[in-house]
Amino acid sequence: MNVRIRFAKYGTVKFIGHLDVMRYFQKAVRRAGLDIVYSQGYHPHQIMSFASPLGVGITSDSEYMDMELSGAFSPEEVTKRLNAAMAQGFAVTGCRVLPEPENGRKRETAMSLITAADYLVSYKDGYDFLLDKEEFYKRFEAFCGQDTIPVVKNVKKSGTQQEMNLKEFLYGIGRDKEELLSNTKEVKPPKTVTEAYETEVVSRAERYENGRTLAMRLSAGSANNVKPELVTEAFCNACGAPYNPFAWQIHRLDLYAGAAPDFESL
Amino acid sequence: MAEQQTVMRKLALSDEILLSVEKPARYIGGEVNMAVKNPRDVDIRFCMCFPDVYEVGMSHLGIQILYDMFNRREDTYCERVYSPWPDLDKLLREKNIPLFALESQEPIKEFDFLGITLQYEMCYTNILQVLDLAGIPLHAKDRTQDDPIVIGGGPCAYNPEPLADFFDFFYLGEGETAYYEILDKYKAHKKRGGSRREFLEEVAEIEGMYVPQFYEVSYHEDGTLASFGPTNPHAKRVIRKQVEMSLSDTFYQEKPLVPYIRAIQDRVVLEIQRGCIRGCRFCQAGMLYRPIRERNVEYLKELAEKMLRSTGHEEISLSSLSSSDYSCLKELVYFLIDNFQKDGVNISLPSLRIDAFALDVMNKVQDITKSSLTFAPEAGSQRMRNVINKGLTKEDILNGASEAFRGGWNKVKLYFMLGLPTENEEDIREIAALSDDIAKTYYDTVPKSERHGKVQITTSTSFFVPKPFTPFQWVRMDTVGEFSAKQKILAAAIKEQLNAKSIKYNWHDTDITMLEGVFARGDRRCAALLEGAYKDGCMFDSWSEFFRGDIWQKQFEKTGLSMEFYTSRERAADELFPWDFIDAGITKEFLYREYEKSKEAVVTPNCRKSCAGCGAKQFHGGVCYEPRGESGEVIQKEHLVADC
Repeated sequence: MNVRIRFAKYGTVKFIGHLDVMRYFQKAVRRAGLDIVYSQGYHPHQIMSFASPLGVGITSDSEYMDMELSGAFSPEEVTKRLNAAMAQGFAVTGCRVLPEPENGRKRETAMSLITAADYLVSYKDGYDFLLDKEEFYKRFEAFCGQDTIPVVKNVKKSGTQQEMNLKEFLYGIGRDKEELLSNTKEVKPPKTVTEAYETEVVSRAERYENGRTLAMRLSAGSANNVKPELVTEAFCNACGAPYNPFAWQIHRLDLYAGAAPDFESL
Repeated sequence: MAEQQTVMRKLALSDEILLSVEKPARYIGGEVNMAVKNPRDVDIRFCMCFPDVYEVGMSHLGIQILYDMFNRREDTYCERVYSPWPDLDKLLREKNIPLFALESQEPIKEFDFLGITLQYEMCYTNILQVLDLAGIPLHAKDRTQDDPIVIGGGPCAYNPEPLADFFDFFYLGEGETAYYEILDKYKAHKKRGGSRREFLEEVAEIEGMYVPQFYEVSYHEDGTLASFGPTNPHAKRVIRKQVEMSLSDTFYQEKPLVPYIRAIQDRVVLEIQRGCIRGCRFCQAGMLYRPIRERNVEYLKELAEKMLRSTGHEEISLSSLSSSDYSCLKELVYFLIDNFQKDGVNISLPSLRIDAFALDVMNKVQDITKSSLTFAPEAGSQRMRNVINKGLTKEDILNGASEAFRGGWNKVKLYFMLGLPTENEEDIREIAALSDDIAKTYYDTVPKSERHGKVQITTSTSFFVPKPFTPFQWVRMDTVGEFSAKQKILAAAIKEQLNAKSIKYNWHDTDITMLEGVFARGDRRCAALLEGAYKDGCMFDSWSEFFRGDIWQKQFEKTGLSMEFYTSRERAADELFPWDFIDAGITKEFLYREYEKSKEAVVTPNCRKSCAGCGAKQFHGGVCYEPRGESGEVIQKEHLVADC
């Protein structure tokens, strides 16, 4: 039985990198006593895969992880057991049984499905920003309203820089999550739901007194992964404000599958 | 756990700092199984420190045992601190941020106690780093009521003298026994509002506690110790080590901390016994932890299960100085394999003698193609092995290797020491010859058609450092020049071997070893070296990338101390040593007897074969009281129906 787990990562554990989060979940699954399936061989490992690595310093309401269980527990029981094994900063908010792939087809992992992500980017207190709040939003809306937004993206693999039009990969904006959701087409539920258990997703984003937040829906996944930093940096440049990466707290709201503008939940 | 998440912990460091340093997870705490208490609700705040980087410190068993033991008390909150890595060290100094504990993220200066474990000499500058960053005066005599009481413990506390100035007291021996008494006394003392000195006087009366400021030292003109004794009526003349005699009925953590980042020990550690029967003459641990005491196998099974469940670790390691001597080893190991291997739990057995049982176990738990076989002959020639009382013969090694090769292994690691007492060129060349013999054994044992490539032999040497409370405490240590010459002889000898291409040779840094030698047998005057080196920028000396030999060299010039005096000097039989006031359970007479026997290359049988009269019998337990036959040999447990 393959399940997809949804979890939040927030607070101090935002400083734990992706590889360590994977190790953390491997141990958590064992503490929870889940009936996870192991690979064969001398070094058996758990059949487990993560949708999208979250960078160090970033928090999230909805991360996804797929794993194979032998089926002894219901999605509710899986969620409860995992939560009892969580450390502060991790919370499991759902477990969905994935449909068996059709004959001869390979299972689609969460990672292969991802096409978009919603982010909430907050300006941290203690860093001066040249613009007052209203001006900040006015400029941001104008910045995103341009016909084309040319930016230069660093390509990690080749170590080169690549010019791109950010506009093509920016699917929606808002001042906060609610505004973003109302500015974009409704996200559809997953195509097939066999059995699922979900708890309410509460916002775990850090809050700051200055109140400057930006919400955005961006292209994500293996094809065109656009980081929100690319937007904030380009926005700062457009405003003539110095870009300080430490001044922005990035929070991932959710990850989606599907093609723009019709996205669907994982 | 999830329910407690309403209030997020506040960190001592800003996001910007944490995102600017390597591995921020070293400083945030919050690990699985961390003790969570409100510091305002306890009477005693204790901070445990391992003066090295987090990943090293988190791997230490002793701290985990004490952490759990202290936190069982409702009146005490025990937290942790490790050495900040140089990147954060720099930022803490620049921004004047006081060093904090991982749990509450509050400054260590506010604590009642700072307990520092002393596991190796080359972490001594890091002790000063921790005190300094915490804002605690380096010298015990300069501390006031507002400063924590700084305690030292662990193996290096058996020669505490180079650190005497920096500690309020040292706890000698095993932590399980006297800490509760100390904490009770402290609580009462705090209530009374007594002075720091009054508390230290109370501590001095507890067996095993050494308060250095209550003692006075004088020296002969030649620099050796003339006298050592107490100046305070509360201080004892002789400090007798603490020993936990009931290891199956004492403190052991059931819920060890699980770090987020990979620690050196990323596994459950199960200490199966304490002490060692072997009596290797170079080995300080083998002497200090006498007598050997086993933990009950049923107790260990239960602990293993609880710890695997509470941590989720995928590996369990049995810890002891010589696992093969644990009388119920087979039962324990097969229990672990039968019960946990199906859950993907790997079982690791360091310090295991290679025999049929070991190979069977390794076959079951390891991937032969990837794992390597480890032997620690320590010396190349039989003569040399007799000198150090390492009861391992060439036949043992070759037979073990041959069995292993037949079983499919082709990687062997060998550990040796250079600079052992009475070592000559022939002994050194025999290290190369033994390495070659093992390679030859492979080609003789495994037919060409069944070989998976070449045999890979890794021969490593470290330089021998004489340690206090060993039969070699009188010995002259080699100089840097002598070490280097020996290492070159060996490197050349290995190249001459028939199978040289199958042998890889690694060796240790000589400069670091020399300093280890100084502090191992140093006296109070060495504190000046340490302080000078720290103030001139030395830290993390055990990390070769940070070791600054030039700075250390300068300190010898500045202080007028001589490295050779501490290292390359044969001591007289009756010399008063800086650590002689400690009763570690073994007598100086026994150690000297062993030293004399070593010169004749005469071996001493292990504790189960016959009693060597070391003195550990005074503790009324362990191997000294196991039933013996007429020959004086312990009746092996396998022959006793009642056990195992």
